[in-house]
Amino acid sequence: MTFEAPLPLQSGASIRDYTLAYETYGTLNAERSNAVLICHALNASHHVAGVYEGQPKSEGWWDNMIGPGKPVDTNRYFVIGVNNLGSCFGSTGPMHTHPDTGRVYGADFPVVTVEDWVNAQARLLDALGIQQLAAVMGGSLGGMQALSWTLQYPERMRHAVVVASAPNLNAENIAFNEVARRAIVTDPDFHGGHFYEHNVVPKRGLRIARMIGHITYLSDDVMNEKFGRQLREAVVDSTTGYRYSTQDVEFQIESYLRYQGDKFSEYFDANTYLLITRALDYFDPARSFGGSLSAALAQAKCRFLLVSFTTDWRFSPQRSREIVKGLLDNRRDVSYAEIDAPHGHDAFLLEDPRYLDVVRAYFNHKVPA
Amino acid sequence: MSDANNLQSIAALVPRGARVLDLGCGDGALLDVLQRERGCTGYGIEIDDANVLACVKRGVNVIQLNLDEGLSMFDDASFDVVLQIDTLQHLRNAEVMLRETARVGKTGIVAFPNFAHWPNRLSVLRGRMPVTKRLPYQWYDTPNIRVGTFADFIDLAHKNALRIVDAFGLEQGREVRWLPNARAGTALFKFVRA
Repeated sequence: MTFEAPLPLQSGASIRDYTLAYETYGTLNAERSNAVLICHALNASHHVAGVYEGQPKSEGWWDNMIGPGKPVDTNRYFVIGVNNLGSCFGSTGPMHTHPDTGRVYGADFPVVTVEDWVNAQARLLDALGIQQLAAVMGGSLGGMQALSWTLQYPERMRHAVVVASAPNLNAENIAFNEVARRAIVTDPDFHGGHFYEHNVVPKRGLRIARMIGHITYLSDDVMNEKFGRQLREAVVDSTTGYRYSTQDVEFQIESYLRYQGDKFSEYFDANTYLLITRALDYFDPARSFGGSLSAALAQAKCRFLLVSFTTDWRFSPQRSREIVKGLLDNRRDVSYAEIDAPHGHDAFLLEDPRYLDVVRAYFNHKVPA
Repeated sequence: MSDANNLQSIAALVPRGARVLDLGCGDGALLDVLQRERGCTGYGIEIDDANVLACVKRGVNVIQLNLDEGLSMFDDASFDVVLQIDTLQHLRNAEVMLRETARVGKTGIVAFPNFAHWPNRLSVLRGRMPVTKRLPYQWYDTPNIRVGTFADFIDLAHKNALRIVDAFGLEQGREVRWLPNARAGTALFKFVRA
């Protein structure tokens, strides 16, 4: 959907003539009361569920969560997936043309925040004629958007489901983002963000950014269980199996990270990576309330389900508990499940019956359509 | 303890409309009764995955926490009533949690199996640890790591400057107010900070 009117951004800039890519699943009921908005994280899109016709491998990124008979049942709810501004999966982003200059945005794409994304999503709901959502839901950065929704538009949802998220990033998290950004920005093919004009892609930077990301999405235990010290191929005439090289791929974990990095660099946009990690860094709703999350959460009116995973060290249970405490301080309805899963941050995208059953039960028993 | 009459006896101790925190809320049955029949609001705390799921299915607010990690999430006197129903006997830090119960709640209500109930005494006299309907475990697999009596709790309450405002036993769904230390399988106390 295209929006001509300028959207004022938190930075003071604005963006006009922009497009938001979105998909819907299920049917909006006559009362327009059964809509569920799904907010995506760093590397995802509006394609949250199902497959495209003739493309059997095109499952949506939250296909185990959303669909007919799934925890968020599209036989009951009208589910909306929307791609955020600045992303690279269909909505207006840095690879598109700036209407003022006629040139590709590149590094001139305005810095967007979680709050800006929520404002853009709210305009989409306006256009779809949806005044109030049954629920807003997201994991990780998507959970931040869901949380922000409850503060920016407290009347526009009855429930919020916030999974593996945090009320802001801690220094270690910002540090990881910064390493990833430096990898991209210092790639000679980056050209200050205007690499499109040079017909190159800063793939080296993107690969390293993705490798770092992947390390932080897994837990130590899972990485050891999956890869351990396994070698990719043993050298026959050596007792150790080592090749005694410094640049070859020898360990399985190296092979896995390089594969993930290569794959990512083929489809992800470098400027998008910078923009989205910056939005993560900036999110901090307590900031305008003297650092008090409880004061910030006083704006929220809806009911909450929070879920975290014990081995998630990127968005640890402690951070979800801070949100829970803020909601308790404000006497809001909240349930919180802390799932003892081994998979680290990635767990929020994986098939774990304890996790999926809690979300299913919450929607079935608490969220009227 | 899931006995419907016991549930009603406990529910009757909770003022109507009270804001309640139920520590070790199990499947949320008591909170459900308190919400539906007494207009209460509140939250359950539970560690077990299956119980957390059961609470969500009942529409009861539940927060998955390990009580042995304490109640730092909750402010002083932030609840009208804090309940510990069949929870105390499972806690490593039972005394700390009793103090925490009194800190977070304006009123505390505690119920636990009374080991001085006469069938238990008979069993011990015969040289055997009791195995009953109320205490269905063998000594080597019991989750009840705190073994106390109605009379013992009174001492612990005094030691922690708690004022007992009501105390009685529960046995087969009936309140036992005469010799509860011998005649009741469950001890029940309602207390405030002195």
